[in-house]
Amino acid sequence: MSKRVLLGLLLTCALTASALAQEPKTGGVINAVIQPEPPGLMMAMIQNGPTQMVSGNIFEGLLRYSPKLEPMPELAESWSVSEDAKTYTFKLRKGVTWHDGKPFTSADVLFSIEMLKQTHARARNNLAQVDKVEAPDDYTVVFTLKQPFGPFLGIFEVGSMPMVPKHLYEGTDWKTNAYNNAPVGTGPFMFKEWQKGSYIRLVRNPNYYEKGKPYIDEIYWQIIPDAAARSVAYETGKVDVLPGGSVENFDVPRLSKLKDTCVTGAGWEFFSPLAWLWLNNRQGPLADKRVRQAIMYAIDRDFAKDVIWNGLGKVATGPSASTIKYYTDDVPKYPYDPAKAKALLKEAGYKGEKIRLLPLAYGETWQRWGEAVKQNLMDVGMNIETISTDVAGGNQKIGDWDYDIAFTYLYQYGDPALGVGRNYVSSAIAKGQVFNNVEGYSNPDIDKLFADGAVATSDTKRKEIYEKAQKVLVEDVPVAWMLELQFPTIMRCKVKNLITTGIGVNDGFKDAWLDK
Amino acid sequence: MKQFWKSMLKSPSGVIGLIILLLAISVAVFGPLLFPNSPWRMVQRPFLPPFTLSTVPLGTDALGRDVFAGMIFGARVSLLVGLVSTLVALVVGVPIGAMAGYFGGKVDDALMRFTEFFQTIPSFALAIVLVAILQPSIYSIVASIAVVSWPPVARLVRGEVLSLRTREYVQAAVVTGQSNSWIILREILPNALSPVIVLASLMVATAILLESSLSFLGLGDPNLISWGYMVGAGRTVIRQAWWITVFPGVAILISVLGLNLIGEGLNDALNPRLSREGR
Repeated sequence: MSKRVLLGLLLTCALTASALAQEPKTGGVINAVIQPEPPGLMMAMIQNGPTQMVSGNIFEGLLRYSPKLEPMPELAESWSVSEDAKTYTFKLRKGVTWHDGKPFTSADVLFSIEMLKQTHARARNNLAQVDKVEAPDDYTVVFTLKQPFGPFLGIFEVGSMPMVPKHLYEGTDWKTNAYNNAPVGTGPFMFKEWQKGSYIRLVRNPNYYEKGKPYIDEIYWQIIPDAAARSVAYETGKVDVLPGGSVENFDVPRLSKLKDTCVTGAGWEFFSPLAWLWLNNRQGPLADKRVRQAIMYAIDRDFAKDVIWNGLGKVATGPSASTIKYYTDDVPKYPYDPAKAKALLKEAGYKGEKIRLLPLAYGETWQRWGEAVKQNLMDVGMNIETISTDVAGGNQKIGDWDYDIAFTYLYQYGDPALGVGRNYVSSAIAKGQVFNNVEGYSNPDIDKLFADGAVATSDTKRKEIYEKAQKVLVEDVPVAWMLELQFPTIMRCKVKNLITTGIGVNDGFKDAWLDK
Repeated sequence: MKQFWKSMLKSPSGVIGLIILLLAISVAVFGPLLFPNSPWRMVQRPFLPPFTLSTVPLGTDALGRDVFAGMIFGARVSLLVGLVSTLVALVVGVPIGAMAGYFGGKVDDALMRFTEFFQTIPSFALAIVLVAILQPSIYSIVASIAVVSWPPVARLVRGEVLSLRTREYVQAAVVTGQSNSWIILREILPNALSPVIVLASLMVATAILLESSLSFLGLGDPNLISWGYMVGAGRTVIRQAWWITVFPGVAILISVLGLNLIGEGLNDALNPRLSREGR
């Protein structure tokens, strides 16, 4: 009893203290950079990074995720899991309306799932274990799974499963629906206008279901194609927020030192982007495991981190980023060791065959990184030829398996079953795709481990399975893991509460406010 | 020939231009022997300012690569691209112009419309498109520069041939029954050559600029270092490290200036009448 009172008191004190310290103010306009200009804003059909960043304010998912990747309520206010871990029941929030005033109900959820299965490759994959989805009433949705699927609660983030208004899309041709250009969601901000090549303007949703939120009146997403001009726009005060990746890395230290500037690396926990080199396991010298190991030894990844990424990020130890569940660093290690790389190449009988390297055409940083890796590999005697191409051309070559080494980075989505396994299991080999198992690695043991891991129910069992999978993969080097990337968000200190979840800026400006 | 060198050496701009060109060529030929290491190698800490370490006299770039080594290897690429693409442009442009001027009539019409087709497209835009389609490599760069720079050669040669065509010694050659190709090659072209040589020296300069611009835009050969690439790569860090862009930029400036001076000197030497009137 006394304990409970004390706890209650402490809690009240803590709440008042935090309320005193952080009483959000309403009003104001935020200018943020969006890079590059998104191809469109209809999240159910387009999943590019910039689309997610802008549309995360317009659309919402059933859940959002804390920096520790625990599920938090969004459109679903509560959820329960059955004993056998095969039935998930979501209770939807009441009183939620679409931007056009129509109420949001379970019918919208059922419709969205049907639509996403056709338009959203990753959602389709995530929903593969779902047997049926039902809506017993307007505010309840029940998912029944074919078999238990450990990471199931991790697939409801807005970018993975955005909710789409049934009354505007049902019975129309989705691709040509006029609302793709003026999207209607349930989110804290409403689409207002898009001046192509200039800015995208969102305005406050006055009927938002969380009373008082959002605090900001308007958001302008400024489109500035040149990296140097983006830094200048921040320095001159034209923009207040530079989301991760929108300025070049060597500008980060300079901008961070500016007055009233706050920098944070938070808000990427859910995605945990991991950079690696696709190694084409199918043909040529790279089909030999020893050559692939030699590549790992030959590349100075600390140099890449310290110089090319300005000390941001972390050297990757294997297929999982360290923020992902069941990560282990108890795997074979590949320190920078050119002598060992040379020895391995010699042992494998490599005789200077030409190896094509495809850098990622995402700007300066990636170009410099490509040059550094090329030099590292040439230093141990590999004959590297850089192929220079644009993003579309690079995707084409990777999709056609017409490469030897290619740069990439992929999101991990919190759980090895969602973001890691797809890159190594043989069922994910398919010509034409630029993600998933592009390297052509095929190992029945790994297939079995990931298949078991996805449906194992106990945490200890899953841990054991995934740790084993990591060891096997790191020994085989199907791809050359480089860095866990970190994309710092740079903003004026007066912008408060911008990043509150593990999804970061992509989760919208729902809680953000301006301290004027 | 002696006469030519004499007047060439009399013109101060020609002498300065020649000195610059000889210097650039010797750097391109012998420089890499002094710097056996690849210019792509990371040798020192990044952003090292110039004149601080004698091993890297001009400092290092964003990855710690030697700017001086880059400039020396870059000279090779820039000069090579300039000379080879000009040669290719001459090989294409001179015959077309000569044929158009010599045969006249329908042949002239057809060839000149074809030439104009290339002249109406902005040359730099065409070069960018060609390199982008063919994938950036030293061959596609030389080819695209040659493609955009032959039309002026063709027009110039045509004009010269048109005026020489009516001279008596050419008429005489026709009357004596010599073949067309013989007349063009032995009678007309040697006399039309001097303005072409002047033009060619300026074309080399333009080609170096074109190659630099392409590399600056990231359309250079990714396996070869060039001055334009260095300027382009250093552009984004110009506020932290001016030396990465300035030194290769100065190299481009000086070599283009040198070639222009040579062009002027050649003009003086090959057109004695013109130069005498000028003084």
